[in-house]
Amino acid sequence: MLRALNLEPQKCTGCLQCELACSYENEGVFNPARSRIKVFNFHDEGRFAPYTCTQCEQAWCLHACPVEAIVLNTATGAKEVLEDICVGCKVCTIACPFGTVNYNQDSGKVIKCDLCGGDPWCAKACPTGAISYVDLDNTGLDRMRAWAQQRPAGPASYNTPQSPTNPTDFTRQN
Amino acid sequence: MAWTQNVLRVNLSSGETVKEPLNMTWADSYLGQRGLASKYLAEEIDPAVDALSPDNKLIMVTGPLTGTMASTGGRYSVVTKSPLTGAIACSNSGGFIGAEIKMAGWDMIIFEGRADTPVYLYLENEHAELLPADELWGTSVWEADERLHQKHQDPLIRIACIGRAAEQGNLYAGIINDLHRAAGRSGVGTVMASKNLKALVCRGTRGVGNLKDPLRFLQAAEQGKRVLAENAVTGQGLPQYGTQVLMNVINEIGAMPTRNMQDVQFEGAHNISGEAMHEPRSSDGQPNLTTNAACFGCTIACGRISTVQKGHFTVENKPEYWGASGGLEYEAAWALGSDTGVDDLDALTYANFLCNEDGFDPISFGSTLAAAMELYEMGVLTQQDTDGVELKFGSAEAVTRAAELTARGEGFGKVLGLGSKRLCEKYGHPELSMTVKAQEFPAYDPRGIQGMGLAYATSNRGACHLRGYTVASEVLGIPEKTDPLATDGKAELVKAFQDATAAVDSSGLCVFTTFGWTLDDIAPQLDAACEGDWTTEKLLEVGERIWNLERDFNLKAGLTGKDDTLPKRLRKDAAKSGPAKGMVNELDNMLPRYYEIRGWTPQGELSAETRQRLNL
Repeated sequence: MLRALNLEPQKCTGCLQCELACSYENEGVFNPARSRIKVFNFHDEGRFAPYTCTQCEQAWCLHACPVEAIVLNTATGAKEVLEDICVGCKVCTIACPFGTVNYNQDSGKVIKCDLCGGDPWCAKACPTGAISYVDLDNTGLDRMRAWAQQRPAGPASYNTPQSPTNPTDFTRQN
Repeated sequence: MAWTQNVLRVNLSSGETVKEPLNMTWADSYLGQRGLASKYLAEEIDPAVDALSPDNKLIMVTGPLTGTMASTGGRYSVVTKSPLTGAIACSNSGGFIGAEIKMAGWDMIIFEGRADTPVYLYLENEHAELLPADELWGTSVWEADERLHQKHQDPLIRIACIGRAAEQGNLYAGIINDLHRAAGRSGVGTVMASKNLKALVCRGTRGVGNLKDPLRFLQAAEQGKRVLAENAVTGQGLPQYGTQVLMNVINEIGAMPTRNMQDVQFEGAHNISGEAMHEPRSSDGQPNLTTNAACFGCTIACGRISTVQKGHFTVENKPEYWGASGGLEYEAAWALGSDTGVDDLDALTYANFLCNEDGFDPISFGSTLAAAMELYEMGVLTQQDTDGVELKFGSAEAVTRAAELTARGEGFGKVLGLGSKRLCEKYGHPELSMTVKAQEFPAYDPRGIQGMGLAYATSNRGACHLRGYTVASEVLGIPEKTDPLATDGKAELVKAFQDATAAVDSSGLCVFTTFGWTLDDIAPQLDAACEGDWTTEKLLEVGERIWNLERDFNLKAGLTGKDDTLPKRLRKDAAKSGPAKGMVNELDNMLPRYYEIRGWTPQGELSAETRQRLNL
């Protein structure tokens, strides 16, 4: 089963543990400046949101690369950068609509999320569950469950159809 | 190795910036952050120096775990001699600037001398440059932050900055980083202003690595996070209510300083509590609290982000205050609210915004204002003194107007900027100043929590809850419950808390972890990260050494055992209500024993034997 990183901004506190974990796994140092996942702070709104590569099926970065340095890992579904082949031309950074492929001045190569080979450190490090690694085909499962939970209490019945009248408040419950 | 082993020395008089190796012998004896910078300060300046002269130095310092994945590993401290107390000052802050300094490759930055004209330090990894700040002088922290981001065209820079309060000589001005985190107490921002230094602008992309045993460190950090998550205070209470979880608790036990500490319970406490911050307002149906927020690397996330209702009298027609920003922590809510008798949550939130916007300590401000209110109600101060503000207890207008004046250092705000001691002396009533060593009390009345009386009296930076938080034991039962109304065993309890806290403050971690952690949880993380053997025993020894070094600095600065005291009100006027009704603080029952177990003389001086034992 392939999995995907599931990001739930309403649970994010902006602590950057994901960035520390990502940079440590990939670079061997704690260094948010080299993290493949970034947390954004929308200060005046009081909101935080983590963001990273969604591993597009038809990946713009992969198709744009002139030297075929970005390849599909069939075991994880991740599009991975082959450092030995990357020439640092940055065309992929232009091609990606989401900005999740970026250049690294220190190495002269590009960096992007590779799902840590199927064991993403950001998800393991997140203290609030804002980042999880779930079944690729069921990233909506938790939200579906939350809606399903709106079903009125009491025994199931075939003749009293009811729809949720109070949709779940998706702002973070503090 | 955890330390970067690099010190940046910035001579503001000459404009030179020099890179130096960290003194690793001192690092082994003082760990980092508070301890290590205190050692540098004690070695480099004459403790008797005028705090606002170019001869004083200002040190921004990280700990060995700052910038690592250890939970809360983002702290930094500012160490200098305080203009408020004349004692050594160490103010600790979270947010993100500490980790950024470390990511840029520095353990500490030592500022010395004084620039001829306003400057700020731009630090990008090893590149350090003093740039002109003439156009930033006279702006608030928030405005300077925005302009610096625009100027450098870099959304990822982190900024620590002083506001107009510091520039105007307010003696309890702090240094604000990341818009609303603060090295808040003892006037460290005032010292920064005296050096004509407006801001530190930092960008670090080097990262923190080179730990002694990385795998063991990751395991120890993970184990530590699990303990915090499973603990009721750090796993539930703090994320849910922030430090404001304490408002109702402390009020219940009758230790809520109210109306300049005339009372020990506040009838409006619930209205300004953490619980109230969650309740929908009658005005707009929204709660005061917008979200909680974490500092760098923190898995607790106690920070409050609040929004004031747009139609509230404080922000009506002022859209610049309609956005979310740093909300009330317990100390700010108490000082701005309970001590002034005000229970208008949005008014206090607005006043707190002003404290952040222009960088002044809400504890000292609220307490100073409370003293002024008492003087006003006695008739000593009149509206002629207060620029027409009716300084009555319970007046939200008085609190917010006074905060506006203090933020800019205008009129009566300039007088409030003197702090409680100087203000009360100026008007002939020194007995009304609720201070120790000229620093204002925090939110725990020592008549209802006896050990805190001793902790305040002996604190090396004046009245402070963060130097020895025996509230944890006396009220919350952490690590074990003691009777808050008893004095037996409190000397030992205070010493244990003071020493342990000095070690935590030197590590790069947040002291709030100690609601869930003991040094036994911290030592394995330090030991895996740092060269040397970092056991609990060694940390306690280092903590005790730091405490005595600070004490020694203060004695050389001219303070004596006579300064280890409390205002008469707390020693003679009994609590009027609550569990401590009829009680005063029995400091005299605890202080001699405290000196004895500290290894000090009956006059409170370090004995030769103590100096030798601690290698001072």
